[in-house]
Amino acid sequence: MDFDALLLSRLQFAFTIAFHILFPAFTIGLAAYLAVLEGLWLWTRREAFKTLYLFWVKIFALSFGMGVVSGVVLSYQFGTNWSEFIRLTGGVIGPLLAYEVLTAFFLEASFLGVMLFGWKKVGPKLHFTATVLVAIGTSISAFWILSANSWMQTPQGFQIMADGRLEAVDYMAVIFNPSLPSRLAHMMLAAFLTTGLVVGAASAFRLLKDRAAGVVTKGWSESRISLTMAVGLIAVLAPLQLVAGHASGEITHKYQPSKTAAIEGYWETRADQPLHLFGIPDRDAQKNHFEVSIPGIGNLIQGVPRDEVIKGLDSWAREDQPPPFIPFFGFRIMVGLGLLMIGLGLWGAVLIVRRRLFDSPWFLRFAVAMGPSGFLAVLAGWMVTEVGRQPWIVYGVLKTRDAVSPVVTSQVATSLIAYIIVYSIVFTAGAIFILRLMAEGPVAARTEPPPRGQRPPGTPMAKAPENTTPDDSGDGGVRGVVS
Amino acid sequence: MSLDLPLIWAGLIAVAVLLYVTLDGFDLGIGILFPFARSKEERDVMMNTIAPVWDGNETWLVLGGGGLLAAFPLAYSVLMPALYLPILLMLAGLVLRGVAFEFRFRARLRGRKFWTQMFAGGSILTAVAQGLVLGGFIQGVTVRNERFAGGPFDWFTPYTLLVAAGLVAGYALLGGAWLMMKTKDNLHGDARRWTSISALVVTVLLGAVSVATLLIHPRVAARWGFDLKDGFALDWGILLPLLPIPLLGLAGLALVFVMSRRGSHRWPFVGAMLVFLSGYLGLAAGFAPYIVPYALNFRQAAAPLNALGLMLVGTVAILPLILAYTGWVYWVFRGKIDEEAGYHH
Repeated sequence: MDFDALLLSRLQFAFTIAFHILFPAFTIGLAAYLAVLEGLWLWTRREAFKTLYLFWVKIFALSFGMGVVSGVVLSYQFGTNWSEFIRLTGGVIGPLLAYEVLTAFFLEASFLGVMLFGWKKVGPKLHFTATVLVAIGTSISAFWILSANSWMQTPQGFQIMADGRLEAVDYMAVIFNPSLPSRLAHMMLAAFLTTGLVVGAASAFRLLKDRAAGVVTKGWSESRISLTMAVGLIAVLAPLQLVAGHASGEITHKYQPSKTAAIEGYWETRADQPLHLFGIPDRDAQKNHFEVSIPGIGNLIQGVPRDEVIKGLDSWAREDQPPPFIPFFGFRIMVGLGLLMIGLGLWGAVLIVRRRLFDSPWFLRFAVAMGPSGFLAVLAGWMVTEVGRQPWIVYGVLKTRDAVSPVVTSQVATSLIAYIIVYSIVFTAGAIFILRLMAEGPVAARTEPPPRGQRPPGTPMAKAPENTTPDDSGDGGVRGVVS
Repeated sequence: MSLDLPLIWAGLIAVAVLLYVTLDGFDLGIGILFPFARSKEERDVMMNTIAPVWDGNETWLVLGGGGLLAAFPLAYSVLMPALYLPILLMLAGLVLRGVAFEFRFRARLRGRKFWTQMFAGGSILTAVAQGLVLGGFIQGVTVRNERFAGGPFDWFTPYTLLVAAGLVAGYALLGGAWLMMKTKDNLHGDARRWTSISALVVTVLLGAVSVATLLIHPRVAARWGFDLKDGFALDWGILLPLLPIPLLGLAGLALVFVMSRRGSHRWPFVGAMLVFLSGYLGLAAGFAPYIVPYALNFRQAAAPLNALGLMLVGTVAILPLILAYTGWVYWVFRGKIDEEAGYHH
């Protein structure tokens, strides 16, 4: 394999987007969760909701910061590494990206300031509005990005001009392309599930810790509330995700048959495809090794009649086949994790009904273990969809190799190394801070001592609020930390 | 009625970039001045003056870049590969600086020191890289067949280094003047000193950059009425109408010097903004209507009209809203930052 500018650019994009996608996947759901918590607090005035809000908003601030900076990198990488892609298709998808900035980024960035630092500056209702607007902003952002990416998967509504550049003929068709609805639903559900799994894991971890320490809690402690909310969410959304994923799969079968063939490990074009549970797809041999299959139900899974022919990878010249290994395994990892999530939701729902949710250490351990599963599933799913689209960058229209910038390989190598170094530092530090906060838990947010005693006066502004209340109680609202 | 969409978009992107440069300029200036702060407390207050707004400020960079991508894809696809390495440096700087806002306050002793350095280092790196981008842009890039056709280090010249130094000084000026507005007591005094010093440096470097630009770029020189090919000739007829632009910059500098001596807290910032406005207009006078200097004009580089039209509809509807709530956020966080009162409680 040549380490040329194309391969290195692909590696670099894969690396930077894999890092980035974790944060939106988490913050979309977390922003909505914060809005719900603050709404519940305003409505019921129960302190627990605010404690939870103040706890999770710190984690939100850290994640959002990392999401913002890694997103800025991506927006410029289109130009540095994929300038031909922009030169040729910018006239079609450019407006979609521009609309993301206009409708989402400013909303998020501006109201984030109020959300994090505005407790005493604005009233509780206005503050709640800021939280809601940030949540809306993150979702709008997802809409535009998914629209642009879905257009790359199922392009329509454009024409190719004489000079090779693309122009839109129907923007409604471009924006609302065939794969958008199912992919957007799939991604939004993934985001909410990811957040639910993290919140559930952090809450379960706290409860386990309390158990181990012999702390007896009665009633609705913060962690109990958040665990119940998370489990309820997972119980409802994880099965829905199966439906959305299936819908997405049907669209893929219809519009991107080569991706379906790679995902399913179909080498042969035939009717009555089997379902391959396992196998090691080998592009050179054009077959799967160690196949474990169930004959007769492959078509059924795709939602097509048994006697209908489904294309195998042999329908394409070898250089037009997607590399099957990653889509094949990525898909199985994603589905496997999804099934575990459904299991978690069902188990939890049963425990809730029996009022034993907090008494089953095995369930709590399972919930902790499943904490990162949303991220893993998102990464796996993203790899399925992006690698499965190869060798096309715009499916059937533009090859990835024709989209790369005319830049020197050594530059791309330099930048790849630079990104790996910078992201390692940032990601490690961010993960440590978030995990440290999670280990402290939501209750700690109220009683936490100043860390190692040297928080000087005036410090806490550039971070999420800590031990603070809005000025509604008339006592100045400061509790705990500030000495 | 038909609108001149490419022209409107060239104007909008020019405004977005100017807003970015001045707004994130003072954010970056805070980072550049960070090493000169006396104490940790002072640095905390400095950071707190921008914590609620920096993210919104930086969004103008995304709009500038995203807008260029969307409205002038050809210019974007030529400029980005041409400035590959400086843009990489800028992004690395932005990443390190951006996360430092949160990380610095989360970190414990040694980590805290590290993220303090990353905030300063990231800001300086970003400012230098932006200067290199700007210098490389002014120099011009090699374009053949609508694609970048130069080498990876074309942007690395004494001229671009000079521009980078100028931009760092300029951002420090903005940051210092911003701090004069937002702080009190000792820190205000420090900010006043930093502002005066950086204003001096800016005066020198701005002059040097202006002269250097005229010398290396005969076409820019011609735009300003200078003919430096054989001997020195000056066409006052061309220069005179443009003269208000450098005068505006000089007025800005004068405002900074005089008003900070007189103890004004606000006017030096206005002065610093005027200096940037003047520099920006000066460049525009040298290049318009080119969007990749002297290779592609904005009409050649424009996206299809229907794309520009679609975006204009949204922009007309949304931009006033953005400006309104951005303004509101600044208003919410108006006033001096108090060292005693932690801000958000």
